[in-house]
Amino acid sequence: MGDAEIIPIGTRGRPGRGTGKQPSSAARDLAGGKGPVARPATRRTPGTGEAGEPVEETVAPDAGPPSQDTAQAATHATSGESRAETPPRPAARTRDRHPRGGIPAADLMAAFQVAAREVFGEEWEVQLARFLAFLRRRVTGDYAVDEYGFDQEVTQRFFMAALRPIAQKWFRIEVRGIENIPTDGGALVVSNHSGTVPVDGLMTMVSIHDHAGRFLRPLGADLVFKMPIVSTMARKGGATLACNEDAERMLRGGELVGVWPEGFKGIGKPYAERYKLQRFGRGGFVSAAIRTGVPIVPLSVVGAEEIYPLVGNIPSLARLLGVPYIPITPTFPLLGPLGLVPLPSKWLLEFGEPIRTDEYDEGAADDPMLVFNVTDQVRETIQQKLYTLLMERESVFR
Amino acid sequence: MGKVVLVTGVSRDLGRKFARTLAADPEVDRVIGVDVVPPRGDIGAVSFVRADIRNPVIAKVIAKEDVDTVVHMSVIATPGTAGGRNTMKELNVIGTMQLLAACQRAASLQHLVVKSTTTVYGASSRDPAMFTEDMQPRRAPRSGYAKDVAEIEGYVRGFARRRPDVRVTTLRCANVLGPAVVSPLTSYLRLPVVPTVLGYDARLQVLHERDLYGVLQHAVRADVAGTFNVAGDGILMLSQALRRLQRPTVSMPGFAVGRVGNLLRQARVADFSPEQLGFLTYGRGVDTTRMRAELGFEPTMTTAETFADFATTLTPTGGRTERVLAGLAQALPEVEGPAPAPLDAAGDAQPAPRRPRAVAAAREGADHG
Repeated sequence: MGDAEIIPIGTRGRPGRGTGKQPSSAARDLAGGKGPVARPATRRTPGTGEAGEPVEETVAPDAGPPSQDTAQAATHATSGESRAETPPRPAARTRDRHPRGGIPAADLMAAFQVAAREVFGEEWEVQLARFLAFLRRRVTGDYAVDEYGFDQEVTQRFFMAALRPIAQKWFRIEVRGIENIPTDGGALVVSNHSGTVPVDGLMTMVSIHDHAGRFLRPLGADLVFKMPIVSTMARKGGATLACNEDAERMLRGGELVGVWPEGFKGIGKPYAERYKLQRFGRGGFVSAAIRTGVPIVPLSVVGAEEIYPLVGNIPSLARLLGVPYIPITPTFPLLGPLGLVPLPSKWLLEFGEPIRTDEYDEGAADDPMLVFNVTDQVRETIQQKLYTLLMERESVFR
Repeated sequence: MGKVVLVTGVSRDLGRKFARTLAADPEVDRVIGVDVVPPRGDIGAVSFVRADIRNPVIAKVIAKEDVDTVVHMSVIATPGTAGGRNTMKELNVIGTMQLLAACQRAASLQHLVVKSTTTVYGASSRDPAMFTEDMQPRRAPRSGYAKDVAEIEGYVRGFARRRPDVRVTTLRCANVLGPAVVSPLTSYLRLPVVPTVLGYDARLQVLHERDLYGVLQHAVRADVAGTFNVAGDGILMLSQALRRLQRPTVSMPGFAVGRVGNLLRQARVADFSPEQLGFLTYGRGVDTTRMRAELGFEPTMTTAETFADFATTLTPTGGRTERVLAGLAQALPEVEGPAPAPLDAAGDAQPAPRRPRAVAAAREGADHG
């Protein structure tokens, strides 16, 4: 009598789930095999809610070893009378039970180690220590940015890492002619612009970083630096304002500068005009390249036109918000945020042969005719390459 | 014969300290400090003349003392102590006009040094990354300090045309920062919780107080005329600078920051100027090639070092996350401890990860010491 009894809840230990009244046949078979478990009546506390009847029931089999018949009879007999008349089950005791307390600390530690190994690989301790050091550096501001606000660490660790799967898995970018990018020194990459949202710029950045091992420093429109958050990200990612001063400064500093001379005319053109190059601005990029004597690398991007096919525009709303256009694509306002997912077109990036600008004499950058000629030459090169790539392409998505 | 230098604006800290530094220079015979109110601190060997540069008395001072060099430092950035925007404008613009008029009459004058500011370039989203001396602000300033300075520079250019025999040196100094400096920027950075503009991160470039004295002294001694940007090397982002100063920040939209700034100014907590909002949103960088090449001046402190020096006098109000991370790094010695060899090997393979370890080690050493 000394031990406290634990009253089980639930099915009260009856075999099977059933309705709670009639054990299932399978359960009966099982029960029959073993027979009702015998136990001394003393184990039951007399004062519990189930009155005295079950106690008597349990006493009966106690008298002798139970046979199958009696067990059957007992169950049949009791089934009709009351819920409480169940075949008794052994009362669990505290000393029978496993030690409580949830998951042991050692197991937790092991799980953590396994998880860390999953995330960081075999050298997870080193990786974790490194990551912690990185976090501390970010939190204490102990990192360097260049004069344009370019944060190399964050660009490499986060921006590139986030864009890489999109470039490789979603757009399956194929890069050609990467050897045309000089391994060091200033150069100006000039590309066509398309796709409603300047995703092509980001993809060019990540492709050049992964294939040529250099950071592309894009020149962004005024609007980019006017917008909150976007402007911060752009500066951190290495962009600067598309103006002659900055372009020349970067090129003199030996950076690889990217420029999209079509601007909003390029990305905001309707789908029907895809792969038709727009006007190349005033040729400011050519005069910047001539002044600094760096080569111009033409880049043709195929595939970006199809990611958000622009079929309409809301000019009045765009004017109200001060943006160049409000795009309507087959999916965008229709599917809501889901429409922001770009179509998975197959992309081809081909860098053309560099166009040298260091042969021109001193005042060439101020000669508008020469600047227009070079601009047209670059434009034609990109356009012709676009046509060639389009011919080669099997389909938009393959 | 040594120089006789007249320094305007000595009642304020920067002017007073510069005048004292200059008085200790062996090349300089006499330093005469001029201001409307007497300086509040020790001015050493400087002789103070109480005169208002807004009236013609200043011409008599220059003539009587046989001044050959004038250092004009009394351009104030905020009306805070002067008593209102009108007084500020009068002090800045009319004061400069009178001073230049007096200088034009003074036959003995050989050299004029004007302490201007990079605020003349303004701050906007359409700015180039680094301003050179030849660039104009994208938008002409319409009010406040920036407009005053733009007008003052215009008068100085006019003076230089009329007196081609006088060497005129205009120093466009970046925001001055130092442990003892009181300015709109320092009072902003000294706030216990710093409001920042949501979604923007300004690029900051500052000049250490000592370098300001250094460059002014250099300009007094050197035989160089022209306009020069003066600033410490390198750029810090505002967020980065605030992390280094261990200040907690609150991001809010631009107009709200302006309103908070106005409130703080009215409550006399911080001297917040309206031009500052643009600066704290977009920031500004200046190209200092000409300072090195032509003026021949080399600042002793970079922007980052200046901020570090400024931080020594500041009680950190934040930095909780950093302490947690530092504790974590210390509480997990097993993590960092048993694997030094592979880390070093990895560090050899790619040079980038070496730095964090050295930094972490240095910081831990500092903590224990």
